[in-house]
Amino acid sequence: MKNLYFCRMKKPLQLFYTFFKIGAFTLGGGYAMLSMVEKAVVDQKKWIPNDEFWDMIAVVQSLPGVFAVNTALYVGHRVAGAKGAFAAMLGAIIPSITIILLLATVFREYRDQPVVERIFKGIRPCVVALILAPSLRMIKSAKVTWKTAIIPIATVFLIWWCKISPAYVILAAIAGSLIYALVINKKAKGKEAES
Amino acid sequence: MIYLQLLWTFIKIGVLGFGGGYAMLSLIQHEVVDHYGWMTTTDFADMVAISQMTPGPISINLATYVGYTTAGFGGSLLASFALCLPSIIMVYFILKLFMSKKNNALMTNTLKGLKPAIAGLIFAAGLSMMNTQNFPDFGCGQYNISVIICVLAFVASYFFKANPILLIVLSGIVGFIVY
Repeated sequence: MKNLYFCRMKKPLQLFYTFFKIGAFTLGGGYAMLSMVEKAVVDQKKWIPNDEFWDMIAVVQSLPGVFAVNTALYVGHRVAGAKGAFAAMLGAIIPSITIILLLATVFREYRDQPVVERIFKGIRPCVVALILAPSLRMIKSAKVTWKTAIIPIATVFLIWWCKISPAYVILAAIAGSLIYALVINKKAKGKEAES
Repeated sequence: MIYLQLLWTFIKIGVLGFGGGYAMLSLIQHEVVDHYGWMTTTDFADMVAISQMTPGPISINLATYVGYTTAGFGGSLLASFALCLPSIIMVYFILKLFMSKKNNALMTNTLKGLKPAIAGLIFAAGLSMMNTQNFPDFGCGQYNISVIICVLAFVASYFFKANPILLIVLSGIVGFIVY
């Protein structure tokens, strides 16, 4: 009966509901929710064919911004236009906003309690480790060599030591990478022309 | 004024936030701690822990939290919305552009080049948090429990891919017992 009712809902509402569920129950950020989105959108509802979905996710992944929101906007727009995009986005972010608002209010009330302070004294160094670890994993997966190691080292130096805004560093990195990509594309084209 | 600052800050983060939630962490840290001084590094660490432990995208959690602590309920909605705004515009106008195969290859290669820099960005965010506020017992001549927690959590996370939420809970328990 529940499914029957669900099918009668308008598409934007279904999108809202789908992304709300994903937003409310996925821990661990954007990539963890991807398989849930796939299951809901591709396998169950069959709104988007499988290969198109993954092609688009590859594009969405390369866009800046919140990955989950970008995915929701794309899926929503693809399935039900502007209304769908908006509904899916709201579904993805409303659980977060609600939960954080509740927690922040509670935390503000109790943060000066000695018990809470003790717990967070233990948590803070752990948070530092949890930020450092993925950055090193990323360096590994980016296949940084001794020659290209200058890039992450320079980034760290500029931001941490010189206190330069990461915004400028990102802009400079984008410019550099774009030139690099253009050169690579040109080389690839040259090879095509040769063969 | 604070609303305008929040709006501008998070739009900027939405535009430049390549590479997921952790990369945005660095941008948020710079604006919130260094530039505007809305939070101390301890507040920031607490906020990251809370955002990590709750469901949903970490950057939306952070935006909501920053908005709420600086400008209340309205601020939290504004910051989250501002973070999404560039995405909305992009999905409408730019996504079509990148649909073509040629542009897509260029985009992928650009991103590949960007990755080492993003990794450095995140590492810098972690380094900036290594101070006596977050490591209160460092250099006190006693057992450096905070350093031990940090090293163990790092090993567990980097080598064994331990669940971050589990690590936060465990270190919270350790803190409760030890301090």
